[in-house]
Amino acid sequence: MAIDWQALWLTLQLAVIVSAVLFVIGLPIAYWIAFSRSRWKFFVEAIVSLPIVLPPTVLGFYVLVALGPRSPVGRWWMALTGHTLAFTFSGLVIGSILYSLPFAVQPFAASFAAVERKLIWASTTLGASSIRTFFCVIVPLSAPGLITGAALSFAHTMGEFGVVLMVGGNIPGVTRTVSIDIYDRVQASDYAGANATALLLLAICFVLLVIVYATNRKAWAVKPVE
Amino acid sequence: MKAAMSETGRTPATGMTSAGEFVARDRSGPVASQCEPQKGFLEARIRKQLGEFVLEVDFQAAPGFTVLFGASGAGKTTLLDCVGGLLKPAEGCVRIGVRVLFDSSSRIDIPVAKRRVGYVFQSLALFPHLTVEQNVGYGLTQLSRGERSIRAASILRAFRIDHLASRSARDISGGESQRAALARTLVTNPAVLLLDEPLSALDAPTKSKIMDDLREWNRTHRIPILYVTHSRDEVFALGERVIVLDRGKILAQGTPHEVMTAPLQETVAQLAGFENIFDATVEAVHPELGCMTCRIGASSAVFIETPLVRTGVGSTLRVGIRAGDILLATSLPQGLSARNVIPGRVRSLEQRDVIVSCGVECGGTNWAKTGSWGVEMECHLTLAARDSLRLAPGREVWLVIKTHSCHVMQK
Repeated sequence: MAIDWQALWLTLQLAVIVSAVLFVIGLPIAYWIAFSRSRWKFFVEAIVSLPIVLPPTVLGFYVLVALGPRSPVGRWWMALTGHTLAFTFSGLVIGSILYSLPFAVQPFAASFAAVERKLIWASTTLGASSIRTFFCVIVPLSAPGLITGAALSFAHTMGEFGVVLMVGGNIPGVTRTVSIDIYDRVQASDYAGANATALLLLAICFVLLVIVYATNRKAWAVKPVE
Repeated sequence: MKAAMSETGRTPATGMTSAGEFVARDRSGPVASQCEPQKGFLEARIRKQLGEFVLEVDFQAAPGFTVLFGASGAGKTTLLDCVGGLLKPAEGCVRIGVRVLFDSSSRIDIPVAKRRVGYVFQSLALFPHLTVEQNVGYGLTQLSRGERSIRAASILRAFRIDHLASRSARDISGGESQRAALARTLVTNPAVLLLDEPLSALDAPTKSKIMDDLREWNRTHRIPILYVTHSRDEVFALGERVIVLDRGKILAQGTPHEVMTAPLQETVAQLAGFENIFDATVEAVHPELGCMTCRIGASSAVFIETPLVRTGVGSTLRVGIRAGDILLATSLPQGLSARNVIPGRVRSLEQRDVIVSCGVECGGTNWAKTGSWGVEMECHLTLAARDSLRLAPGREVWLVIKTHSCHVMQK
């Protein structure tokens, strides 16, 4: 049986949206983690990292509860749009953002923290605001880390299963992603179809990781002037 | 070095010990009174604790070069960081003229970006992802694009790096990087310039060329420049004034000549490279000759003639003599202007790079009998001198020291 292109297209859409949103919200979170001197920093770091160790079903379960009609968030969304967040594409996006958060934030924060402090000070003493310093010095010098974070969150969203199943279910064209499609085919003993789809996913993820490690090669990294 | 010394050698006459006053006490020199804010002056009173280390300083810097001199760990960089705002002093006040940058009592703490304090780090911190021109234009965002490139171009020309404008900051040499870093900071028209050993990695000719350009720039933009160094040569080469820091405190300040050649305190002497520092007792004072005779140690038989300071017979003080200021002779020299000719015996010879450090035990005729009465003096000579004099341990020698090579300090 052929590949379910609809599921693949949906998965790509999901991954693009999620990694784009994570790029935007990940920058300020990572900036805070890299530069804040707050005593509660460890707490935020632990929360951000939680999805790495948590079983996807646990995270998915709580996201489902939080999005459901009984939670304040769910009710607010119901009042706004007339339908519940659970088992929709939007719900899937929210669940995936939470699930992939550390894969964006951690590389971002690590690369921000690795920017030589003197360069940041130099920018400040030359009269630049924190925002200008961020966009003109920190971000350009963190490019490999930003690419890594974006690629990892994209790849991670492409391949997620547990959260998607819990939050989105399996509605073709709405919440049915590639990984769920593979699971379905195996359930239905369609090993050839499962294999074709799995190979495709494998190839995509592999190419993304090749990009990540290639951009992080020492020879290409932007280094301070010796 | 010689040329540079003669340039800074325009020391005010008050700095010399004509009246027999302790030289270093005369050092109020060109500094104005402490109370009135002086236009363009940097004034700082800073207390800052970093773990065990405490920085506690109070000084004024006039437009022009002020050298901050001290060993590593003396607090030089901490001081600059407090002035620049990268560190927040526990208490104190920093101002440029009437503009207050920091005042703990009225809780003023102007953000770094608004201080107009130019700071060139030891590591230079050029932005590696930008070209030289982009680096230099970085601090000029308030200007229009056209004006920015005009300003950048003119400072690049002034620092002779206009041909590098479009090169990446990563691909230029050490000396060129120093010039670019200076230009990047100076183009923003800072009210104060902080230089943290920015030239320490350069060879002497490159360094002096950059210093000339910086001096030229400073002729038209008269701002206080705090220049951190731990090199004695640099103090003489560019200091109009020098502040000596040690363990977070100001030990001495004044012109390089005053502070470095006749130091008030022994720590300064050690910093300034006096290999020989002795306790001495004043035996005779000759005001009419402008000199006095001191006995080295309390009971040795070594007497030396030193410049006159205001003190009495029998008082104790310290005498510092640089190893390089001592001449060595293998027979009793005659017809010298130098007033100190001290007999002794070579005890040790040690080669350090191209210099031979020779330890000579002096103690007059008593040396052979007691052995322990003597005073050991370190003197430096060249390899050639060692070989032509055929020096070896045990050899009898005479040390020749000019009166003015004996620097008198308070105990």
